[in-house]
Amino acid sequence: MGKWNTPEDLRYRRSDEWLRQEGGEATIGITDYAQDQLNDIVFFELPAVGEAFAEGESFGVVESVKAASDLQLPAGGTVIAVNHAVEDEPELANSDPYGAAWLVKIRLADPQELPALMDAAAYDAHCVARESS
Amino acid sequence: MSYIPHTEAERQQMLATIGVSAIEDLFAAVPARHRFPTLRLPPALSEQEVQAELLALAEANDHGQDFAIFRGGGAWHHFIPSALNHILLRGEFLTAYTPYQPELSQGTLQAIYEYQSMLCALTGMDAANASHYDGATAFAEAVTMAIDIGRGRRKKILCSPYIDPQYRQVARSYHQGRDTLFRGDESAATIEELVAQLDSDTAMLAVACPDFLGHIADFSGLAQQVHAAGALLVFVVNPLTLGLLKSPGELGADIVVGEGQPLGIPLSFGGPYLGFFATRKRYVRKIAGRIVGETVDSDGRRAWVMTLRPREQDIRREKASSNICTNQGLMALAAAVYLALMGKQGLRQVAELCWHKAHYAAAELATLPGYEIVTRPPFFHEFALRCPRPVAEVNALLRANGIIGGHDLGVEDPRLRDCMLLAFTELNSRAEIDALVACLRELQTS
Repeated sequence: MGKWNTPEDLRYRRSDEWLRQEGGEATIGITDYAQDQLNDIVFFELPAVGEAFAEGESFGVVESVKAASDLQLPAGGTVIAVNHAVEDEPELANSDPYGAAWLVKIRLADPQELPALMDAAAYDAHCVARESS
Repeated sequence: MSYIPHTEAERQQMLATIGVSAIEDLFAAVPARHRFPTLRLPPALSEQEVQAELLALAEANDHGQDFAIFRGGGAWHHFIPSALNHILLRGEFLTAYTPYQPELSQGTLQAIYEYQSMLCALTGMDAANASHYDGATAFAEAVTMAIDIGRGRRKKILCSPYIDPQYRQVARSYHQGRDTLFRGDESAATIEELVAQLDSDTAMLAVACPDFLGHIADFSGLAQQVHAAGALLVFVVNPLTLGLLKSPGELGADIVVGEGQPLGIPLSFGGPYLGFFATRKRYVRKIAGRIVGETVDSDGRRAWVMTLRPREQDIRREKASSNICTNQGLMALAAAVYLALMGKQGLRQVAELCWHKAHYAAAELATLPGYEIVTRPPFFHEFALRCPRPVAEVNALLRANGIIGGHDLGVEDPRLRDCMLLAFTELNSRAEIDALVACLRELQTS
């Protein structure tokens, strides 16, 4: 069991993004493990409403004092909302990665067929495995 | 004297690790006949002889000082205050390379920071980088940035045909092999015609002020139209005019680029010059090149750093938008010193002098039959003059009279055959201008 917060009701991509499905829509953000690894987050580059991305495609960038990384979309869809609060205060992702620091909401391209994302337990194991290597 | 830190023992150790017995073995891939060619060098000369030989070579060139210069077209002959070189030629600045452990070079960083700050003040923009090689490459970087901001989904770059042809050529070279579409400059497009080509595929629309023929266009309303199409507005400007004209920032520019050579940098047969680049705060992470920022150190003292490094390849290689991770340090310093020496008033004064001289010349030339000023007013310090004979002929006559005439515009544009681009700066005295006019009058009547 890792030391990071990994909410049960979410799905996770191996690249450390989370997804919460709400019918035909989904909310996406980065995980507690991600913010811990990145250290102080200083900037988010997020897409515009209306932009469409495939699963795994880069929809933005997160920049911290340590590194800059692509954000990969856990499931294909079209952006319907962008969290401007996290653009103004990127450090929210360090303090509240699953709440105030949601990044985008999308309309899922295919709500019935979500890609194989990890559940909380599998993702937690994925984090632990990386930490020990 | 030993200049290389390796000892012989270390060399042998390295060779053994590689698996060869001698350094020569490492060159086995080079064909034998090219491997160690005989260098047929003449015997060494004394310092005195070398000096004489180099002076003789140098004297084969004509010096700018020996001529009245009326040529511009991208670089201009301006006065450089002597105080500038006293600072520029200091060893700490002159021979220092661009810092890669930058925080150690606080003086260098501070100088670049001042340069950046002055550029922002002049252009009316929020952020400027530490500079590019020249105006042309700065323009090419603006194209790269516009495409990056459009996330690669907008491919069209609209360029006014009155942007320096070399800038447009360099931008095309930079982007060859990509699906970038350069449009707008194939025809003599007015601003209205350029705007008409704006669509959802346009990443940027670029204009020049003054333009290559010296003309200052009316850009009111342009920013709104460009932004309505979701594109960026790019201005290519002569920094000297920014002491006199409205800043591109006030006109709604998103990116401002240009050639900084007029700011205290000599002609030097084509370089080194100085590309400046300024933009809005929201795009600052997309700028290529280096950016110096101000911060405080752990003791709370003001300090300078290279900031926003993740843009550069040393931190995020696959995602770097440009190969550029350097700047024109010495030239940026020259520009900063020039601007500091001139101040707001001085810069305006230089611009006004250039303006008045060009307009005096234009009034005199307008009286000459056979010659026609092609550039529409208003213009700054350059204009195109149609001559009754080929430009090469006219310039040969001028040259014989100690005058360097204008750039032959027919070289780039057949529609401007027999037109020369004349430039006038604070260094052209009234007597020089009168002599130019007299020469041209004589050509026409002969």
